[in-house]
Amino acid sequence: MNTEDMLAALRHSPLTGLFLTLLAYRLAIAVNRRFHGHPLSNTVLVGALLVVAALLVLDLPWEAYRQGAGMLQMLLGPATVALAVPLYNAFAKLKRAALALCVTLVAGGLTGILAGSVMARAFGLPEVLVLSLLPRSVTTPIAMGIAERIGGIPDLATAFVIVTGVIGAVLVKPLARLVGSQDDRVVGFATGIAAHGIGTARVVLISETAGAFAGLAMGLNGVFTAIVIPLVLGWFKTG
Amino acid sequence: MLSSHLFDTGGGKVSLTLLEAAIWLIGFQLLGEAVSRWLGLPVPGAVLGMVLLFVVLLVRKGVPQALRENVPPFLSHLSLLFIPAGAAVLHWKDALIKAGWPLLLTLFVAALATWLVSALVLKLMLGRGGTHEH
Repeated sequence: MNTEDMLAALRHSPLTGLFLTLLAYRLAIAVNRRFHGHPLSNTVLVGALLVVAALLVLDLPWEAYRQGAGMLQMLLGPATVALAVPLYNAFAKLKRAALALCVTLVAGGLTGILAGSVMARAFGLPEVLVLSLLPRSVTTPIAMGIAERIGGIPDLATAFVIVTGVIGAVLVKPLARLVGSQDDRVVGFATGIAAHGIGTARVVLISETAGAFAGLAMGLNGVFTAIVIPLVLGWFKTG
Repeated sequence: MLSSHLFDTGGGKVSLTLLEAAIWLIGFQLLGEAVSRWLGLPVPGAVLGMVLLFVVLLVRKGVPQALRENVPPFLSHLSLLFIPAGAAVLHWKDALIKAGWPLLLTLFVAALATWLVSALVLKLMLGRGGTHEH
């Protein structure tokens, strides 16, 4: 028997990372159901914590995990494309609300950019952090691109995107109750603007309408933010 | 002979919808990627792919069976795909811890403000139209 070889092979196989992620997700769903969908038992949050715990306990090399998990991350693109289907199914509702959605996009998108930069500057956070957290409300690939262009750090931008997404996903239900809105269009669209794909993943479970509006908001805000951030920064510098 | 018998679904035909759904989705992502690079747009390929597929669905006036059957179960597990990125936050923990609670507070309040402004503006705008849906 060759126990050491076996363990080394398991620790370095990319399939181990894939397996752990799937297992963590399955357990996270069980936890979420156990706590009757309590916001803090959000599956991204619980799943990520379980993966982190497993990596630490089993002392798995980060690179090996990243390779395996990369197979799942690669599916984010096709999943984004797939949002066209709920979008199409909700098109009649979208068309009726088009003007309201445009106004909301501008208001919400600008709040996302300005609230982050004003607070971070007020706290005196280093400029590179401020620049990295400006695009945190939009989906990872757009955020990384923006951060890179304006002089932030793409990796840190990704971390802020994820943290923001988890915060948004956790807050969806309490916030919906706070504003007293039963309207899935409002809940979906606000979540898509504030918490991109992670928020969208949360609200597709509420209803198809909520998912469609979140997916639309996520896409629109990604484009809006990519165009507006360079403008806002120029305005800050001259102003 | 044996293999075709093994995968026979009874009606004599193998179900192809999962395969076709993958072809649709990956195809449109690649198309979006290509158009985005070609025109030098700031929009990522996947988002453009979503827009292009949406336009095609509008033109077709319907969702093909492959997508109708497979997209809902796929999207209901969207959370799974974010777990690796969530775990990767651990990788940058030093930078995050150094910035400490002001950073966390900023992220929290900014997310809260963005959500509330968006929801209240939309609620107000829709409310004027008098439409209400559940």
